[in-house]
Amino acid sequence: MSVIQELSRGKQAGAARKKGDGRWALLFLAPWFVGLALITAGPMGASLWLSFTDYDLLSAPEWVGLENYTRMFDDPRFLTSLGVTFTYVFVSVPLQLAAALGLALLLDKGMRGLALYRSVYYLPSLLGGSVAIAILWRQIFGADGLVNQVLALVGIQGQGWVSHPDYALGTLMALNVWTFGAPMVIFLAGLRQIPQMYYEAASIDGASRWRQFRSITVPLLTPIIFFNLVLQLIEAFQSFTRAFVVSGGNGGPSDSTLLYTLYLYLKGFGSLDMGYASAMAWFLLLIIGGMTVVNFLASKYWVFYDD
Amino acid sequence: MRPSSDTAPRPGSRATGGTGGTGPAGRRPAAVRPRGRRARARVGSVLKHVGLIAFGFVMLYPLLWMLASSFKPNALIFREPGLIPTDIDLSNYTDGWNALLHPFSHYLINSALVVLGSLLGNLLSCSLAAYAFARLEFRGKRLWFAIMLMSIMLPIHVVIVPQYVLFSQLEWINTFLPLIVPKLLATDAFFIFLMVQFFRGIPRELDEAATLDGCNHLRIYLQIMLPLSMPALATTAIFTFIWTWNDFFSQLIFLTRPEMYTVPIALRTFVDSTGESSWGSLFAMSIVSLIPVFIAFLFGQKYLVKGIATTGIK
Repeated sequence: MSVIQELSRGKQAGAARKKGDGRWALLFLAPWFVGLALITAGPMGASLWLSFTDYDLLSAPEWVGLENYTRMFDDPRFLTSLGVTFTYVFVSVPLQLAAALGLALLLDKGMRGLALYRSVYYLPSLLGGSVAIAILWRQIFGADGLVNQVLALVGIQGQGWVSHPDYALGTLMALNVWTFGAPMVIFLAGLRQIPQMYYEAASIDGASRWRQFRSITVPLLTPIIFFNLVLQLIEAFQSFTRAFVVSGGNGGPSDSTLLYTLYLYLKGFGSLDMGYASAMAWFLLLIIGGMTVVNFLASKYWVFYDD
Repeated sequence: MRPSSDTAPRPGSRATGGTGGTGPAGRRPAAVRPRGRRARARVGSVLKHVGLIAFGFVMLYPLLWMLASSFKPNALIFREPGLIPTDIDLSNYTDGWNALLHPFSHYLINSALVVLGSLLGNLLSCSLAAYAFARLEFRGKRLWFAIMLMSIMLPIHVVIVPQYVLFSQLEWINTFLPLIVPKLLATDAFFIFLMVQFFRGIPRELDEAATLDGCNHLRIYLQIMLPLSMPALATTAIFTFIWTWNDFFSQLIFLTRPEMYTVPIALRTFVDSTGESSWGSLFAMSIVSLIPVFIAFLFGQKYLVKGIATTGIK
């Protein structure tokens, strides 16, 4: 069962054996409780408070109320980064999931070489978040990069993709699509869980393969599609390394790759505007949380739970 | 896996006609010309394999090309889209190794230390917490469990500023402690979840028998759960390894002195200091940085695939 299913039906979980191992629980959970207090919950509260202050790390935080939040919407760079991030997320994630689903459907069970194909397609997902791959991307889509060398073979004169404001973000999206392997593996696992007998029954009834796909595969796969969608959206909103490395750390050219977290980093740790960065972080949490809630609400209309 | 030789109809494949006498009516003229249909299915299968192999090749081409280019002189990197280096040249590796303030081995060791600490931390603290959630009854369990699940989704950016303040007051900046101590405190809750799932699958009869024999929870955890949970521990280890090795954001923030740089930070500095002038050695060091992940991938594939398939995070 996935995190998301667990969360959405948490109410039923947990056996009702009221014996009480309170002391043992305290012992086993001690590290986690300390971590929750000092590393997660405490800092969360602190950053909420800092988001209402002006704080540069050197002098004490100064209360400014909602100013950081109102400043955000007068800040053209912030609005740019918001736009860049939304474009990046809402274009690349659907493409990535479409690729993942398409390939998972092509690789049916029992097929020869399935494990090998799965490995080959999955490898980019493991490496995709690294600095090394971001460096590679910067070269590949550079003026004299691999892409243009290949284009030159067929007589097309390419340009510096990463240095052109219209295309730089596209190269980052391509990187995100390239890492479709992880959701593909999840789709494959989901496909394997559909009982073979459904298909057998359907072919006895004379259903065509297309009809079987539409009436069996797709509905039974919707929980997995939903799961992948929620997960990849959340993850894409937090993309950082690729934008940082490909743009040389500034989100250029002309802020075209200024992803949200990159701008947050530049504000907080570049110009030490920590109050503003905290406000941005909380606004990000609001976006991600809001989007996830909307996803859950909308899921009632299209996600089909078998049991 | 070459599809060329014999692509016999696969068992369970729904495309090949004539298997069993199940489809009486509705099936199109399958029964009329089984031979032609089987041949077509075989051609289709070969085409599909050709397509899948070609696509896989295109997917991996950038990686292969980076590997090939790391052996080429710079001038050729800008001209040769092919994979075969005309003459193998190791100077990119020797140049890259010594291009920064410290030899590259220094950064590899730093990364290894961070990874080691994180591994230890995650394996220990997450399995302890998971045992409590899977096997113990205590007040507020559901609430704590829900909090744990939600913390998986929390973006690091929401806590990074206060964490930075906290760690700088402890004078931990430019040490590995900000990267390792949180793992000792089970903040990578994803692994708690993964292990809870696994522990739940271990028959309760085992711990009940142990309890009758006078074992307390600590011994059940140490002598029954952990030995039986090797697959879950292996999955945790391998994901921790890869995530920590690739991690950039927190290392960028907490490590600013060159002698403390880990591999990703060193690579990033390398890009900045050389710009576009030495792709060869940049590629060479990138390859070096990817080798540990690649090895983990080769040997841990089974656990990686299982880990993603059961809990759904890459």
